[in-house]
Amino acid sequence: MLDALGEPQSVLVFGGTSEIALATIKEMPRHRIRRVLLAGRPSESLDAVVAQLQALNIAGVEAIAFDAKDTDSHGAIIDAAFDGSDIDVVILAFGLLGDQMTAEEDPGHAVEIATVNYTGSVSAGLHVARRLKNQGHGALVVLSSVAGDRVRRSNYVYGSTKAGLDAFAQGLDAALAGTGAHVLIVRPGFVRTRMTSHLPEAPMTTNPEDVGKIIVTALKKGKSTVYAPGPLRYVMAGLKALPKPLFRKLPS
Amino acid sequence: MSEAVATQLSGWGRTMPTVAQVVEANSPVQIAELVQRANSRGVLARGLGRSYGDAAQSGGATVIDMTTMTSFSLNPDSMTLTADAGASIDDILREIVPRGFFVPVSAGTRMITVGGAIATDIHGKNHHRDGSFGAHVAELTLIDGLGAQHILTPRDPKFWATIGGMGLTGIITSARFTVIPIQSSYLTVDTERTKNLDDLMSHMIERDDEYRYTVAWIDSVSSSGRGVITRGDHATIEQCNSKGIKNPEGYDPKNIATAPGLVPPGLLNKWSVRAFNEGWYRKHPRARLGELQRIGAFFHPLDGVHDWNRIYGPRGFLQYQFQVPDAAGHLIGMALSKLREIGAPSFLTVLKRFGPGNRAPLSFPQSGWTLAADLPAGIPGLGRTLDQLDELISAEGGRLYLAKDSRQSPTNFARTYPRLGEWREIRDTMDPNHVFASDLSRRLEI
Repeated sequence: MLDALGEPQSVLVFGGTSEIALATIKEMPRHRIRRVLLAGRPSESLDAVVAQLQALNIAGVEAIAFDAKDTDSHGAIIDAAFDGSDIDVVILAFGLLGDQMTAEEDPGHAVEIATVNYTGSVSAGLHVARRLKNQGHGALVVLSSVAGDRVRRSNYVYGSTKAGLDAFAQGLDAALAGTGAHVLIVRPGFVRTRMTSHLPEAPMTTNPEDVGKIIVTALKKGKSTVYAPGPLRYVMAGLKALPKPLFRKLPS
Repeated sequence: MSEAVATQLSGWGRTMPTVAQVVEANSPVQIAELVQRANSRGVLARGLGRSYGDAAQSGGATVIDMTTMTSFSLNPDSMTLTADAGASIDDILREIVPRGFFVPVSAGTRMITVGGAIATDIHGKNHHRDGSFGAHVAELTLIDGLGAQHILTPRDPKFWATIGGMGLTGIITSARFTVIPIQSSYLTVDTERTKNLDDLMSHMIERDDEYRYTVAWIDSVSSSGRGVITRGDHATIEQCNSKGIKNPEGYDPKNIATAPGLVPPGLLNKWSVRAFNEGWYRKHPRARLGELQRIGAFFHPLDGVHDWNRIYGPRGFLQYQFQVPDAAGHLIGMALSKLREIGAPSFLTVLKRFGPGNRAPLSFPQSGWTLAADLPAGIPGLGRTLDQLDELISAEGGRLYLAKDSRQSPTNFARTYPRLGEWREIRDTMDPNHVFASDLSRRLEI
């Protein structure tokens, strides 16, 4: 249960090795946390994240096997997680950036990105929403991206999956109104993570820790959409309003 | 049977709301059916929602609104009152005060139910003399976790598990408790202003036994810990007559104001609270004897302002109330100074004496001191400071009041209520499937 100051006792992360999710957990008061479930494909890196959180004296850290593409398995995994105890915050943090050029030549690669980022999130998101509604409280944090705000030539496959996910999350939040549960959509810009380490940095680049802080603050305030960094909201509003010929001339 | 309605519920502090299926109670039979048909989220009774934290809410559960069952009857010969659990102390006082009786223990608000008073084992300004509400209950009727009805008396350990049991042993449907005779609806009140906390505390100890009711208000903003001690007894007819009071038995407390629905965050800040505290201190004379005050003004000053909890704005507030033994009296000053350090403005800081506790394993009061401070939830650093205070208090054998708590950890709770294991054993016989659950019971892993 959240306490009066909005501090969570239990967190479930899909995409257990996500640096943003990890930074978000580290931003929460550690001694309050009773249970952290990190869902992802079993791997050494997932085990390493478990060990890292345990080393911080966070109680109840556990890895659970989860494959975003195996949507048939999602219901049982999510039920098992919620049957253990109420979950205050669920973070949907898995996703593939993929490679735009490869995707254009090999639609199979594009399908994989779409399946993980969109289909997998829709499936997990709906199962989580069912359980949050049942417990009458809780937040679902969806890691969207500004790449979906106005999709660009240079990464439109990835961008379109985030656009779809973002729209799905907006609708899900509307569906959860009055149930005690809600959705927080997070739209980061360029974040320095493993996923982006091979790419040149964009303006307004942030670190996972910055995004973690923004998420924790937004959760306490009960916000439904947040950009990281915050002022990106206005940049994106400007970009969305830009006429197509101008927008296409912007450097990628 | 009335329909379940999905409703957002929170405590009086308006923090951490959750949504439950709320059903109006209409009979013990219906309540038993609701218990038997409970889903995995369980069942909880709710009264007037004056617990500050998450005690009377339960996300996803069936929450039974008990305030629809409100009958009660006074037996003046035996000086007892039999009431439905949903009957409010407000309604009861309106009936019994003019007939010359008063409740044995009165909380800071009369907007509570009999069931809530028992489940939280409320205390009042007379705890050092008369104990808590549970000590005056002769019998209660309860529906257990299997839907069976029990009549419990103080001879039964199940009775004591229910006193202060936070509604987790069953649903109280009615109770019989003793009332005390009074001659008038007035109290004769002595007021004493003290310059600092040491004076305040020593004066309270020295004259503990001379009055039925004693309470102190502390100026939480001043580093001196100055305050005002108020002591009172029910006034006799002669005392009322000598002051020219007409109709001394009359009792008709009224709302004098309603807090506005929309309050900007931060209305209560360091400056506004400082001004209030200064004014409140100055308003009281250095010493005054024998002033006559009405029951409402003496016991329930805040009930005059309807929905006063809204003045804390959208983020809500919490009340930090702890108890420490006499030997740890220094923690009162420590707590006040730690809260001052982070600029936590409390305009209602109340200090009381506690007498010995009772047999109930989860009852809050124990001999010593209790301090209560109302704090806006949005103050930076509040969580950390209160966690530090929890540590200091638990190390000295003190603890927090569950009816006020909204943030302590399960570890702190288990450490400070050493009879929790004993209580759980009794609870397991009354509710083997743990049907009764609240957000508080989930948060504290009770």
